[in-house]
Amino acid sequence: MIAPRLRLGFAAALSVASLARAEGTPPPSGLDRIRARGELRWGGDSQGGAPYVFQDPMDPNHLIGFEVDLAAALAARLGVRARPIQGQWESLLALLGRGDFDVALNGIEVADEKQRVCLLSRPYYVAPERLAIRRGDGAAPRTLSSLRGRRVGTLPGSLAERTLTRAGAEVRTYEGGQDAIYADLRLGRTDAVLLDGPITRYYGEIDPAFEIVDGGSASDLGEVRYAAAVPLGDEALRDALDQAFASLAKDGTLRAIYERWGLWNDETAALLGDSRPPRPGVAEAFEAWRAAVGRLPPFWERVRDRYPRMMPLFARAAGLTLLISLSAMTLAIALGVLLALGRRFGPAPVRFAAVAYIEFVRGTPLLVQLTMIYFGLPELGLRLDPFAAGCLALGLNYAAAEAENYRAGLESVPLGQSEAAWSLGLSTWQTIRHVLAPQAIRVAIPPMTNDFIALIKDSSLVALVTMTELNKTYMNLASSTRDHLGLGLIVSLWYLAIGLPFARLARHAEARLARTQRRAA
Amino acid sequence: MIRVAGLTKRHAGAAAPVLSSVSFEVPSGSVAAVLGRSGSGKTTLLRCLCGLEPFESGTITVEGAAVLAGKDRRAAERGRVGLVFQSFELFPHLTVLDNCMLAPITVRRLPRAEAEAIAERLLAEFGLADKAGVFPDHLSGGQRQRVAIARALAMEPRVLLYDEPTSALDPSLKREVLETLRRVQATGVTQVLVTHDVWLAREAAERIFILDRGAIVEQGPAADVLDRPTTEAARRLVQGES
Repeated sequence: MIAPRLRLGFAAALSVASLARAEGTPPPSGLDRIRARGELRWGGDSQGGAPYVFQDPMDPNHLIGFEVDLAAALAARLGVRARPIQGQWESLLALLGRGDFDVALNGIEVADEKQRVCLLSRPYYVAPERLAIRRGDGAAPRTLSSLRGRRVGTLPGSLAERTLTRAGAEVRTYEGGQDAIYADLRLGRTDAVLLDGPITRYYGEIDPAFEIVDGGSASDLGEVRYAAAVPLGDEALRDALDQAFASLAKDGTLRAIYERWGLWNDETAALLGDSRPPRPGVAEAFEAWRAAVGRLPPFWERVRDRYPRMMPLFARAAGLTLLISLSAMTLAIALGVLLALGRRFGPAPVRFAAVAYIEFVRGTPLLVQLTMIYFGLPELGLRLDPFAAGCLALGLNYAAAEAENYRAGLESVPLGQSEAAWSLGLSTWQTIRHVLAPQAIRVAIPPMTNDFIALIKDSSLVALVTMTELNKTYMNLASSTRDHLGLGLIVSLWYLAIGLPFARLARHAEARLARTQRRAA
Repeated sequence: MIRVAGLTKRHAGAAAPVLSSVSFEVPSGSVAAVLGRSGSGKTTLLRCLCGLEPFESGTITVEGAAVLAGKDRRAAERGRVGLVFQSFELFPHLTVLDNCMLAPITVRRLPRAEAEAIAERLLAEFGLADKAGVFPDHLSGGQRQRVAIARALAMEPRVLLYDEPTSALDPSLKREVLETLRRVQATGVTQVLVTHDVWLAREAAERIFILDRGAIVEQGPAADVLDRPTTEAARRLVQGES
């Protein structure tokens, strides 16, 4: 089963790509833009974890990984610097199609259906699929054919998922990162895990609870080739990448990177045409990672040594979350007021339009709306930046909820109040402004507060459009440090720290409004 | 002068009209009472008189200018006919003073200081000078009614209408209401009260109209109508007095 998010992202990528083709004029090569900018912007997802792109467990302010090294080497060959852009892994090709970065470089498998939405470079790595089972589980599946009917975990949209589906396995896919996939195997929720070699090495092999199935059956499980993706039609950039990869292979740079990360294997040796014998004991990056995460230090030690270093990351992310939430809420309030007034006082067409808007927006998932705005609107020529798209989607969505709050507030004011205002000669607008709104606001404040807190939490969805806000920061760090519980507490505290002051402020405002009506003589 | 001619009003979907061919006149500066049992149409009549309810046929004029309902109401006519609601409908979020200043400022566009002076004068006249800064929740029923009257008078209306002025108050306050009505009468404003309180009608009104099932069945000076009722409806009302 492919996750809905993946399907959406993929559909958006397809449509963006087809539009680019329909226009008929080949866009200028990304290569010129990269050189002009002096920067190769490459897309990857740090939540994907080791060894691809991830936050250094010892210093989470730095991104590390073999693809970080690879991007740096590629950029150097092109004479520019590398600059990583965060994007959800499932959406990388859609983001590439939108032009959010020049190259997607994050374990992207060479597969036919990808060629419809992007151009792929020559493969730079071959990863055999490897099967992990619980050590000592006598009934565990050890061959491809024995996977039929068994529960097997893997990543959505991967070759492993397709292989498992073909083999008749009961496939479980995970969005939460590789650590979660192995956690379920450890807990007995799945019988096996099938993943690319690098992931298996970093998350499966290092845990004594698991056994990696090797031997004759390994070849049945297939292998994937990773390639860099560039936008459709940009053959010049693709060719430049191919040349760079060829020269990096030839001078041994690729091999040195793979060896440092403990990823050098026979398959990749064959791919790169490198027949030199393996050199033992050079996988220092792998060893460093194993030392850092192999055994999680006790909680208080993490609180003392590790978490303080992560605070700047969390603080930045919390700032972004707060900024998005406040901007979106401002939009939601403004639009919500218009909708509520239109619904209550407007002529029939306005009332109908307001109701239609509210019902449509409330009845469809925010995720769909965000995807439509970010990946869909470019089809109509409107290409919003991630922040604008995130605020717009959240704001338009919450406007519907706000409109209903204000309508409830307006309806809570007795009809006699409007009639009294009328009999005194106030116009409709004056009645709203001076009589209805001040009384309605008291009723609307508590649900508004709830909505704002909900909005803060829903703002985590903007990770879909490349924004590393609070939740995504947590997911990235948890994935790279394999510390889900402790960091989960930390991120929860950050969310509370953002939300609680507003809840208090709202209670204060409510009490003040109530007091003005009950002041003693 | 209030002049009502052939006023007919039917609620949507209802077979019988609420008001059928109602005609009467109230001279300027006088007090009139419309008496009738519940459901006789007297509150609807009151709402038509101040433009809160549209009506099918007939005319209502105040000092020669037509009273129009809904969007037809002309800006210049706003506040010309004031209404004191049965439940007063003071604005709970505004102080007594602000209740009285809101319409003069927003509708008559008076400068704040002038509106405040008018409001303070009216409040003092009705014995509410010390309540200016109080919110309506802290007032007694009688005080609220007087604020509602002061609020309406701040618009300098030609006519002031009252919907059941004694029904929301303790019976011991009836005399106080009467005094208030007389005080308003001294300002020259024409007053119409809709009530089923025969005592109040007898004490306050110069002219009485008996409304029964949407039609005026008897009218005349208070003494004539109340002491020598000629119709069954009037007799029942007067007998209910004791």
